[in-house]
Amino acid sequence: MPVKAKGFGAVAALPASDGGAGVGVSVRGLGHSYGDLRTIELLELEVSANGALGLVGPSGCGKSTLLELIAGLREPTRGEIALGDGASATARLARCAFMPQRDLLLPWLSALDNAALALRNRGVRRGTARRQASELFERFGLGGFERARPAELSGGMRQRIAFLRTLVAGKPVLALDEPFASLDAITRAEMQDWLAAALEADPRTVVLVTHDVEEALYLCDRVAVLSARPARVIEELSAPFPRAADRDEAVTDPEFVAVRERALHALREGS
Amino acid sequence: MERVRRWALPALLLVASIGAWQLATSSGALHLDPLLVPSPAEVAEALWQNRSLLAENAGVTLREVLLGFALAVAVGLAFAVVLHLSEALRLAFYPVLVASQTIPIVAIAPILVVWFGYGISPKLWIIALICFFPITVNTLDGLRSVDSEATKMMRTLDASRTQILIRVEVPSALPYFFSGAKIAAAVAVIAAFIAELAGGESGLGVLIRQDTAVLETARAFAAIALLSLIAIVLFALIALAERRVVTWR
Repeated sequence: MPVKAKGFGAVAALPASDGGAGVGVSVRGLGHSYGDLRTIELLELEVSANGALGLVGPSGCGKSTLLELIAGLREPTRGEIALGDGASATARLARCAFMPQRDLLLPWLSALDNAALALRNRGVRRGTARRQASELFERFGLGGFERARPAELSGGMRQRIAFLRTLVAGKPVLALDEPFASLDAITRAEMQDWLAAALEADPRTVVLVTHDVEEALYLCDRVAVLSARPARVIEELSAPFPRAADRDEAVTDPEFVAVRERALHALREGS
Repeated sequence: MERVRRWALPALLLVASIGAWQLATSSGALHLDPLLVPSPAEVAEALWQNRSLLAENAGVTLREVLLGFALAVAVGLAFAVVLHLSEALRLAFYPVLVASQTIPIVAIAPILVVWFGYGISPKLWIIALICFFPITVNTLDGLRSVDSEATKMMRTLDASRTQILIRVEVPSALPYFFSGAKIAAAVAVIAAFIAELAGGESGLGVLIRQDTAVLETARAFAAIALLSLIAIVLFALIALAERRVVTWR
């Protein structure tokens, strides 16, 4: 089922709760351990408002833990994480929506009700929540799928709904944990296109964890390469063509290829 | 075709068993004492001739089973939710609940009758005591089966603890609850029988005991058939409710 990926945005964006100005992410001197196991050590990261940072690193290096720390689902052992002016876990939780690796759509709810979960949790009436969420379905090319149950949808569609669910929360920061890892290569490329267009239409600050260097360099402005546990930043790279309109052209450009090789080299060195 | 097979095969087995039973009793080949082993035809005859007596006693037992089962569901669900929400209570109560299942209810049933009197209430408690356990354990497992990632996802979508319970954990637990309820339905009539033996004036259990004592075996078998029928209908109703409620499986 082809979904028109580009050219969203005729309809007014669902405003992020900060009014659209964006909220930056700043991580300073971060350390985290599970008991004696040190997972993150002296980590420094900076994401500008409505910027996108990719995090790549070897398996088990603590990327997901880092994302949970940023989202306010955990407290760091040392150091500080601030999303805008909010540094406590509660403040971070209020500013950040988290999209897990698996879509985790609730099978007993329709696609629309899944997307509207954040609104329902805030006490918005069912009718109003559905109306608000359905505007996004139209806008992001998912019109007609509102009533489908998750079991009836393909992997790519489910991830799109899961992303809408994250957007509908209206939070200025999105923490995406390997959102496309479970998809096949073709669907993944489609989804990257779709996500790039969605972020152009509705800008948010994004922290994207992925094991796919190319995905990180295509979707993000900057990419941080993390070392094996305990995780720290060993290389930070600027993406040459973030969210370029022509994905295939962008990822085969010699400049893109050179940056990708540097990232892969750093990744090998660090693991 | 699949639907037909699902009904036809067990029905065929049932008819064949009754046929074999009829043959064994009426042919005389096995030299069975008709006083001890009545034929299906005699059971059917007893069922028809004693229809008003059987209906009256079946009504008593049915009421005990339904109310006792409802009590078990209420107590079982309350236990499951409380033990799910409080780790301290779960650690304290769970082993005790498991241990409580080793107590032979048959032995303490007469004591419960002494405590609660000869009315319907001791019977309800005996039924609930036997039936709540599969409901509690299954529902608790269901509530705890929720993916921790889903809980995290809900927290970042501003869900309160209660909303996570209602929107994620309770729906996840529903299929588990129904499994527990089906097990409970099957043992509910056995529990009712035990309760009536311990101290009852009417009901199918009382009738079966009296009939067995005076070798009215045909009527005793008729009462047993009705007892099974109550369990089967209760089980079928729960399975039907499950299909209506759990539509996503």
